[in-house]
Amino acid sequence: MTTRRPDGLTVLPSDEAPADATLVADFTADLVDVGEHHLCPGCGEPIAIRAVMDGLSLLGLADRCMAVFGIGCSTAFSNNLDVEVLQALHGRAPSVATGVIRMRPELAVFTIQGDGDMANEGLQEVLHAAARGENIVCVMLNNGVFGETGGHLTVTTTIGQRTKNSIEGRDAAEHGHPMRIAEQLAQIDGTGYVARGAVNDAGNVARTKRMIVDAFTAQQQGLGLSFVEILTMCPTGWFVPTDEAPAYLAETIAGTHAIGVLRSELA
Amino acid sequence: MTGQTIRGTVVIDTEACKGCDLCIDACKPGVLAMTTDRTNTRGYRFPELLVGCTGCRACADVCPDFCFQVYRFNGARTWSPEEGLR
Repeated sequence: MTTRRPDGLTVLPSDEAPADATLVADFTADLVDVGEHHLCPGCGEPIAIRAVMDGLSLLGLADRCMAVFGIGCSTAFSNNLDVEVLQALHGRAPSVATGVIRMRPELAVFTIQGDGDMANEGLQEVLHAAARGENIVCVMLNNGVFGETGGHLTVTTTIGQRTKNSIEGRDAAEHGHPMRIAEQLAQIDGTGYVARGAVNDAGNVARTKRMIVDAFTAQQQGLGLSFVEILTMCPTGWFVPTDEAPAYLAETIAGTHAIGVLRSELA
Repeated sequence: MTGQTIRGTVVIDTEACKGCDLCIDACKPGVLAMTTDRTNTRGYRFPELLVGCTGCRACADVCPDFCFQVYRFNGARTWSPEEGLR
């Protein structure tokens, strides 16, 4: 039954499953139990975590994986997942994951942290875990702000980016220069795979999913620490409308933090 | 007989939507449009399905609130104003 909108467009029914059709994408991924969450409209973190969960499902690692979450907005989403989750102190997820992987080396252990958590609060944890070649996957959701605590600038905030305490845009003379975390980790010999993806459009989501699969493949092959940085939207922290956030990410954030595979020891 | 080819469709969980508009730009055929005259019970505008879905699943990939279920028809269908979806 079609209806007509006030602007004259024809609307097709979209409230129930059609007959004689094949389901190609369900509401939530296999390993996401509950879709509902309290993150802001237009947030990129559920999209990124869904990509991680899809990667785990694809590799059949669902029943032997362990997630270690840091502290940030993304932590609020950890209870929605159908995987074992440990909660680390602020910035310490790679160290907690080190303990888990050393006791249970057969598991696929991964961490999910924001940029404030990994790069500001606990940069040394991930750098040393990488130098030790710990066989874990570290995922950093990079939106350039401390989203959970109010949207302050982090070390990955790009020059000119507006945040709560760089309201005129980040200025190198006043606030320092941004750090490129993936590039730093790619130079460390203990890493097996380092890449940077984004979730600002469907193409980049698909690309990021492939990076996640490669990262867990490297982990399963024992190649050392795998690192995937995922650029996510934070329209609330960036002071941009939700529909402009993907373009803002592409033009501003991705200009400093270039998307691509930086290191791969995979055969 | 003329008509527009429809390869797929979506089921939209309008109550889960927070009105972020990400799906509107992600939809390559441009067959999603936000409501202009009504909202869900939480007060957010939500997307409506127009004619021409290809079942590409881009909307489901970019939706932060898990509002989309994507189907591809087993054999393409056609839509015309006179006869509707066939």
